[in-house]
Amino acid sequence: MTSDLIAGTPAATGEGPQEMRSRSELTAKEVLREVGSVLRMSEKAASELTSSPVENDEEQTMIINMGPQHPSTHGVLRLMLELQGEKVLRCKPIIGYLHTGMEKQAEELTFMQGGTNVTRMDYVSPLNNELVFSLAVEKLLGIDGDIPERATWMRMLLSELNRMSSHLLFMATNGMDMGAVSMMIYGWREREEVLRFFQKVTGLRMNHNFIRPGGLAADLPAGWRDDVLTILEGLPSRLAEYDILMTNQPIWRERLQGVGVITAEEAVALGASGPILRSTGVAWDLRRDLPYLKYKEVEFDVIVGSYGDSFDRYAIRLNEIRESMKIVYQVLDKMPSGDYRIQDKKVTPPPRARIDESMEALIHHFKIFTEGFKVPEGEVYVGIESPRGEIGCYIVSDGSPKPYRLHMRAPSFVNIQALPHMMRDGLIADAVAVISSIDPVLGEVDR
Amino acid sequence: MSDEVVDSPAPAEQLYGCVVTYSRGEKVIHASRGNYIATLKKAIDDSFTMCTDLTAVDFLTYALTNRQLPSDISGERFEIVLNLISLERRERLRLRVQIAESEATIPTAFDLFPGTEAMEREVFDMFGIEFEGHPDPSRILMPEDWEGHPLRKDFSVGRIPVQFKGAPS
Repeated sequence: MTSDLIAGTPAATGEGPQEMRSRSELTAKEVLREVGSVLRMSEKAASELTSSPVENDEEQTMIINMGPQHPSTHGVLRLMLELQGEKVLRCKPIIGYLHTGMEKQAEELTFMQGGTNVTRMDYVSPLNNELVFSLAVEKLLGIDGDIPERATWMRMLLSELNRMSSHLLFMATNGMDMGAVSMMIYGWREREEVLRFFQKVTGLRMNHNFIRPGGLAADLPAGWRDDVLTILEGLPSRLAEYDILMTNQPIWRERLQGVGVITAEEAVALGASGPILRSTGVAWDLRRDLPYLKYKEVEFDVIVGSYGDSFDRYAIRLNEIRESMKIVYQVLDKMPSGDYRIQDKKVTPPPRARIDESMEALIHHFKIFTEGFKVPEGEVYVGIESPRGEIGCYIVSDGSPKPYRLHMRAPSFVNIQALPHMMRDGLIADAVAVISSIDPVLGEVDR
Repeated sequence: MSDEVVDSPAPAEQLYGCVVTYSRGEKVIHASRGNYIATLKKAIDDSFTMCTDLTAVDFLTYALTNRQLPSDISGERFEIVLNLISLERRERLRLRVQIAESEATIPTAFDLFPGTEAMEREVFDMFGIEFEGHPDPSRILMPEDWEGHPLRKDFSVGRIPVQFKGAPS
């Protein structure tokens, strides 16, 4: 088979120049630049490439498509891989299959409605999306210092539980990708317990729109503490099982150690964040280094790796579940009583009971839900640590109730750039392990 | 609620030869297209080694008088916004560059921050701003044959045709 047949001629589904081009269409210099650019190496490293793929004969290589509907690509990630035998020479991720114009849509929604939009971007950690959006809006409003204590601690509780559920999902999908199918069941099972708690608190398993500008949508339900404790007490033995099933198991280690290696310099240059950056030994966690909410007041460790391989990224996430549990225990101890949202009539709706007795309250209620609240002019960027890395929210406001521009800095979108780099000179069989270790959520890659 | 929309202008403050302003306490420097790359180099030497975000804003329908720009920067239609992080000093720095509609190009930051590759492609895709010297100047999110650049303010949101309601086709 020629490479053309496999790659597919530019038919109706072709993405033209977005696709990886075959070597015959490229000059040697272009291939080298592609190695340096699409594979994202520094120019220095690219010039040092002695075993340049340029020297490879095109007859011996082929370009294959992986995805967009490959189950282990976690959605609709499409990779074009140039292979020589089983070895990956070049790789290019092609994204956009899930693009739904959410940033454009955000300009049409009020700040009040915006939460429903951003929560659907990273659908595995929706509460973190809502949190960063709310923090940005509050900063623009200038009320970020007035948020009640209880609201802040509740946000931390939900954010950390969401980090646990997200990492548990990673455990499941990573296990499935590696062939540990029983792990998939276990991961989903544990995650489900957290989601059940979310359902009790927010009414929904995902896409909660619970953390809103000004606070939260509602207070915690009665008995929440017991529910959280049930989760926290059940998990350690399950995590110990994971250790037996995976961490200490030779097959698992063989499969992941030394696969998809990235160095600290590369990760920083590529803007990678979260477990990918930490796996290279860079102890960078926004919760500790640029603290938000009340993370200054809780104790936890920043987990770092040392080899920058897939195993480190797996181990970091597993231990971050334990760190999050530590934080949740502290939140349980420190949870103050008080209000769950700011009682600013211009930002949050009045309590339901007030509407029956006060005309003013009815007017405010009506105004907030029809027109929304106005946000002073300005621009603001807030970044927080989501399970996948730094999630950022950049908002420009023109003083109207709708954001003039809303941009989400999606960690997966940036992290996915590290893929070609991790895959180069690896085996095609390891590709699945590498994709899985990045833990991309295509909803936020494409937005 | 604070009314300090514009923090005090502090005209004297400069960083890397650019004017510094503060937006809600966040440090912002205003580079020009000419000294964009030079400014980034100075920032890297000053330990801002990580570029977390690169995006753009289209100010077509934004009142120029409300732009809150320093006096010697003239507002243009487009603006590139970079967010840099210093891992050593645990600081953030934002950089804004004005780009005229008539000449919507800017040198690529790829050589300094390889991680901006996908972000610059996204900005090109969404705003039509070209990055000179970008290794892979193609669309990234939209289909290759898409016309227009969706996040421009003159790109209409469009609508889904609804049957039986006399909706516009």
